[in-house]
Amino acid sequence: MTDATLSPGKAVAAVKRPTGASIGPRWSNALFVAPYMVFYVVLLVYPLFKGIWMSMLESDMFDDTSKFAGLANYYRLFNDKIFIGTVWNTVLFVLMTVPVFVAIGLLLALALNRSDRTSATLRAIFFGTSVLSVTIVTIIWKMMYMPGNGAIASLMRLLGLEPIAFITTASLALPAVAITTIWWIIGLPMMLFLAALQQIPGELYEAAALDNASRWRSFWSITLPSIRRTMLVVVIYEIVAQFQLFGQAQLLTQGGPNNASRPIVLFIYEQGFRSWNLGYAAAASEILFLIMAVAALAQFFASRKRVEE
Amino acid sequence: MAASEHIVGRGIGNKLILFSVILVAIMWMLPIAWTLLLSFKPNSELMISTASAFHPPYTIKNYTDIFQSSGVFRWLWNSAVVSIGVTVGILVLSSLAGYGFARAEFKGRDIIFVLVLLGLAVPEQAVIIARHQMFSDLKMHNTYPAIILPGLSSAFGVFLMTQYFKAIPKDIDEAAMLDNASRFKIFWKVLLPLTIPAQATLGIFSFLGAWNDYLWPLISATKPEMFTITVGMASTQTNFAQSEGLGFLMAQAIFAGLPVFIVYLFFQKYIVRAVAGAAIN
Repeated sequence: MTDATLSPGKAVAAVKRPTGASIGPRWSNALFVAPYMVFYVVLLVYPLFKGIWMSMLESDMFDDTSKFAGLANYYRLFNDKIFIGTVWNTVLFVLMTVPVFVAIGLLLALALNRSDRTSATLRAIFFGTSVLSVTIVTIIWKMMYMPGNGAIASLMRLLGLEPIAFITTASLALPAVAITTIWWIIGLPMMLFLAALQQIPGELYEAAALDNASRWRSFWSITLPSIRRTMLVVVIYEIVAQFQLFGQAQLLTQGGPNNASRPIVLFIYEQGFRSWNLGYAAAASEILFLIMAVAALAQFFASRKRVEE
Repeated sequence: MAASEHIVGRGIGNKLILFSVILVAIMWMLPIAWTLLLSFKPNSELMISTASAFHPPYTIKNYTDIFQSSGVFRWLWNSAVVSIGVTVGILVLSSLAGYGFARAEFKGRDIIFVLVLLGLAVPEQAVIIARHQMFSDLKMHNTYPAIILPGLSSAFGVFLMTQYFKAIPKDIDEAAMLDNASRFKIFWKVLLPLTIPAQATLGIFSFLGAWNDYLWPLISATKPEMFTITVGMASTQTNFAQSEGLGFLMAQAIFAGLPVFIVYLFFQKYIVRAVAGAAIN
């Protein structure tokens, strides 16, 4: 980079030949992006391709070598009942959580889209849980779900009901993880919807009020169309985020009982770092990547189509 | 009049809605209140029944026990080092790159920027096995750099800062260019001070993200003395209740949650603005 020192002769120099920054391309300008690009290439691009390569290797655990195996790991995965189960569990989890994030997030945003103190406090409460780490969230919810001593079990006993063992019942383990997740991060969709609601011009509602339009009608004809883009952002973001379910399941249910709540990432983690089947785990992670990319693309095209219509 | 009745009706409706949201908010806080309550109970009583939480005796022994067992403090320290490292790294790299992509032209810049944006679509899980292998080959696991460096490759900050630099009127740096200042000087003295609001939001997000990060530190830090608080709290709950007892675990959870909670209380305005800004972009 040419460094122009601010000297008394600056004005003269400027007239003669500018040594400072000039408009137009220069190779030295690339130095601004170079430091980041080093990290980008070494820690993102390289491992991405290395991961694809690793997914085609079969490692031999006995002599710590590996040989090229083509798509053998992928073939094995598609015949692995546990893996297929984790894909199914993850899809189910996405289906359980994403609609709730949209519905409750929007309801809370609609109710709290005001500037008084009470609303601000309530917003802070709903958003506040999302700053907690997953490990604290699961400690808190273990205390809720514990079969003998947990808060929910105690409450049910108090009401004369037979306590439900959420975490140890196959059909309830994944919903329990879903409830915990919703409690944890409902604040984000709420905030995104609030930001969108605040972008809607007030005149639209004033006009509707003059027409004596009901709350319901102005919601359908003004609010909903105005926040369509945000709705899409929330849906895509949450699909991608919830596909990555890991900590809650690992810590609350350990994927059990009988794999009923084991998500894909937990499978990857266990294969990769517990059983050290690195190639197999890498193949599973590529499939996760592919599913997430397809989900995002599908949403993208669906939204484009709707806009074009 | 019909119109005013309509408005009165709305007033009552609004009150009802607010009332029900308050009820939901109380429900939302119950799990934390319950945890807080249990953290003040002697472990021996909780062994028999957690219902004892509603009546005395209460104790602060669980909290004083945290100060005796050094683990939590070591983990908090590790989390602080890692989170500050990630935050500073992201701010420096993203500011430089953001300015570069927004203002400093060079050959191939636009293509490189598109490639960086594609990086936003790559989930951590798609690279984590290979990353683990890389750090393993370099024998770097269980060190601060191993926990910090992967976080610096995230494209999010670069994207955010590029958008922010682009929104600054060009006249400002063009005036500086006429003064014959170097590119770096313009960046450092003229434009960077204008990006402080963006730095604040990106900084808070990076800090909270790094503090709460779980998967990578779990994989990279396998020695207890290198655990971050997030990984440490995971390790204590997997063998929970057997050793130290419920009340102690609850006290640890509350104690470990305090730092982020304080950050949240202080920077709430920035956090909300950051989320809102992300939604509009």
